[in-house]
Amino acid sequence: MTALFALELSYWQETVLKVVGVLAAVLIPAGAFVQLFLFKMVSHLQSRLGPMEAGPHGSLQAIAEVGKFIQKEDIIPERADRFVFKLAPYVVVMTVLLVYLVIPFGPDMYFANLDAGVFYALAVSSVSVIGVLIAGWASANKYSLMGAIRAAGQLIAYELPLVLAVVGVVIQAGTMNLQGIVAIQAQGEIFGWGAIGNPFILTQFVGLFIFMVAIQAELTQTPFDMPIAESELITGYMTEYSGLRFLLFFIAEFAAVGAFGALAATLWLGGWYLPGLDFDANYMNVVGPIILFAKIMLVAFVVFWVRFTYPRLREDQLQAFAWKFLIPLSLINIVATGVLKVVF
Amino acid sequence: MTVTEHERAFITSTLSESRINLEIESDGMTLNLGPQHPATHGTLRIIVKLDGEQIVACEPTMGYMHRGYEKLCEFRTFPQVTTLVNRIDWLSHFANEVPFILAAEQLMGVEAPPRAQYIRTVFFEMARLGNITLFLGEMGLQLGAMTALFYAFRDREHVLNLLEAVTGGRFHPNFDRIGGLKDDLPKGWIDETKAVMKKIRGFCDQMETLVMGNEIFQTRTRGIGVIPKDVALGYGLSGANARASGVDLDLRRDNPDIAMAWKHADFKVWTHPDGDSFARYWVRLQEVRESTHIIEQLLDGIPAGPIMAKVPRIIKVPAGEAYVQTENPLGWMGYYVVSKGDLGPFRVKIRTASFNNVSVLPWVAKGLYVPDIVTVLASLYFILGDIDR
Amino acid sequence: MSSADTGTEVTEEAPAVDERRDAIVAAVAARLGDAVVGSHVEPGVDVWVRVTRDGWAEAAQAVHDLGFTFFDFLSAIDWYPNIHGKNEEPPTNPITVPATSAELEHGVTGGETRFQLIARVFSPEQKLGVHLRCDLPDDDLSAPTWSRIYPGADWNEREVCEMFGIDFPGHPNLVHLYLPGGFEGHPLRKDFPLLARHVKPWPGLVDVEAMPGEPDDDAEAEGSEAE
Repeated sequence: MTALFALELSYWQETVLKVVGVLAAVLIPAGAFVQLFLFKMVSHLQSRLGPMEAGPHGSLQAIAEVGKFIQKEDIIPERADRFVFKLAPYVVVMTVLLVYLVIPFGPDMYFANLDAGVFYALAVSSVSVIGVLIAGWASANKYSLMGAIRAAGQLIAYELPLVLAVVGVVIQAGTMNLQGIVAIQAQGEIFGWGAIGNPFILTQFVGLFIFMVAIQAELTQTPFDMPIAESELITGYMTEYSGLRFLLFFIAEFAAVGAFGALAATLWLGGWYLPGLDFDANYMNVVGPIILFAKIMLVAFVVFWVRFTYPRLREDQLQAFAWKFLIPLSLINIVATGVLKVVF
Repeated sequence: MTVTEHERAFITSTLSESRINLEIESDGMTLNLGPQHPATHGTLRIIVKLDGEQIVACEPTMGYMHRGYEKLCEFRTFPQVTTLVNRIDWLSHFANEVPFILAAEQLMGVEAPPRAQYIRTVFFEMARLGNITLFLGEMGLQLGAMTALFYAFRDREHVLNLLEAVTGGRFHPNFDRIGGLKDDLPKGWIDETKAVMKKIRGFCDQMETLVMGNEIFQTRTRGIGVIPKDVALGYGLSGANARASGVDLDLRRDNPDIAMAWKHADFKVWTHPDGDSFARYWVRLQEVRESTHIIEQLLDGIPAGPIMAKVPRIIKVPAGEAYVQTENPLGWMGYYVVSKGDLGPFRVKIRTASFNNVSVLPWVAKGLYVPDIVTVLASLYFILGDIDR
Repeated sequence: MSSADTGTEVTEEAPAVDERRDAIVAAVAARLGDAVVGSHVEPGVDVWVRVTRDGWAEAAQAVHDLGFTFFDFLSAIDWYPNIHGKNEEPPTNPITVPATSAELEHGVTGGETRFQLIARVFSPEQKLGVHLRCDLPDDDLSAPTWSRIYPGADWNEREVCEMFGIDFPGHPNLVHLYLPGGFEGHPLRKDFPLLARHVKPWPGLVDVEAMPGEPDDDAEAEGSEAE
């Protein structure tokens, strides 16, 4: 990122810049999802208008909601484990922020360029389950506890297909560096025809399907929203949270959609690059983030579309679906990818 | 959470009987579903003894909304009671008035003129539409498919508008009078209604694909909460719940002597052999379709004439006893009316559908998972006012 | 319900004799013998059978065996006059309290005592219902439970127990259904006052306020607008 501005920044200046950058990268997509998808798109899907009062066509509703949550009283249950209870939302939010660190937004637009970026992103994203688990436990509420335990069981079960789906991409790309994966997709060729590069959606569509199903479960969106199931557990581990802490969970939920959307966009949809553009040009540092953002929105649209269409599974049915269908399917995908990689 | 002494005794006694807990010895967990819980839509409270997520024993506790209608009825005149009973099952408003009015008419030896009977039946069926369309969406919501509920509200609105056009009330029309109806239909209402019936059928098709045809919905409901035929009869399950268990009973067809116009309509009574949650949804969906056909047929055949029989201005009901029961949206609703020749009833026993329908819950919930109890409750479809009265 | 159960035709007049309901009474009487103390058939409408308290459980078994497998409801009636009145102005009927319970005005099947149980079961095959009644002695308000024959009677009996103070020996869990645990009294008994009416009397049978725009003919309207 420093190279972008061709400046010599001291360490603390760079740190401040990165913190601001990560916050922007997290909050802008999260706010956009809430406003566009949760408020407006879903309302129109459900033949209603949604919020209309705050701003033109209700466009400032997301900001109004933040104001509302900040004003609310911060309630901590009497029997709660206060320290852990307060800690939990930060753990969840932090993991989401950490995932964004390795996402490349342009040729020089990244916070960190790790060689094992894919590995890092998936590893960090699964830490959030600890936050969820301690939130449920510390709430001293049976519904929260059940929600947290469901979440733990579910996130562990779906971590496997998630990783296995990515393995196919990694095999084909031959690298675990996210920037490298973007480059390979941009410069790839389809049987000698390189006009649109070779985004891995064309070859790894099975992987993408598994990944999309798995992130639906990771993000606890319907049809896999048993941990927060409103009609059974009354939002599960979040039951006892209010005010700012609830807002943190809320932001984390939607920012996580953005994080996984960014991963999916980078791994399958060509990342920040669009065919026809100059891969190494400096202007891509400005255009790249916009392209990536559009692709994230596309992935998130699918996530929310599914969320508001499907009913919810039962916990044991979900586990059966993961272990009996998704994991075998992803293993077959890996084997097929490996064989084809050797053949071609 | 406070568990009273008898609740604790109940839980421990059922715990020791339970087969599940003999296999896995654990202390289990007592979970309090309600009185403020979204799945109990109202203030029903269900104390559930859990082993993991499996239900060992469950005891519904109600009375949080008991309004003592049976007592209140004794202090009111006959025409005043309809205002009260409107609110028993607040979604079936008009359908609650009808059996009481019929019972009073039966005691007085009055019968409403044919036109009033037709309009009554049409409104009765519209109450059913308004009620069950909401069920069709709400069941989706309980399973997490939120969109279905909004579609249900959207199309129920048409029905409520029609009711409002005639009665002035969307929720509590209070339109039925002893001896007939308050008013006649406004001009153009019949054509409007026929158009709405088409919309409702469109809504049914939508629910069939959006909710009922969904694989996840079927996984969640098929084989869950199975109520066999003999259990359904023994607990007095009525309406769609009984028909979903293969009990071929529908008072609209089987009780042709009451002064209602169902006998002039040709409709099918749907039953389902499975008795599970899916069957209950399926039966209700078909019922809405049949209901729209009934309304169309009755509107085609509606006779001209007065809408009010000759009744005295001050209604005194002769001494006697009458029990009239109709096929309400939720099931059978009956009023046992005892009159002593006064202005008001001496005793009214209100038999509501949900009361009996929910009483099967402790039987059916054993061995289910917590999410399933939500499904089963939603599919049994109760209105809390109908349980607590 | 008429005997001509074709489903499309309505009988102009209820037949004076109702064979199907008479047959029910005969069948119950044949099974129970002396336990049946009274019956009433309203031709084409309904049927009531009054049994003794000792025959109450047996009666349930009998009608269940006769095919009346659908449990409809179980409740009780307190025949005591409404001594608190209805707070009407003026009272419509003077309240007279008879000396003994047997002198109380009982319903269609007669009665000896203040409290009567009433239950209704339905036959899915015949599409007919039958009411069963039984007197409860004033000094011993209890009756055998039906919940072993009709599981649906469980909650109904709990309700009757709390509302009328009638005991059902043999009931598995006879505790309050609606009322809070410490509630005193039995609300549906006639000697239990409806306090809301005592605190604030009901505006009454007569709504003397005229509709806007209408001439206010109080003299004519008073006492005649029942609604």
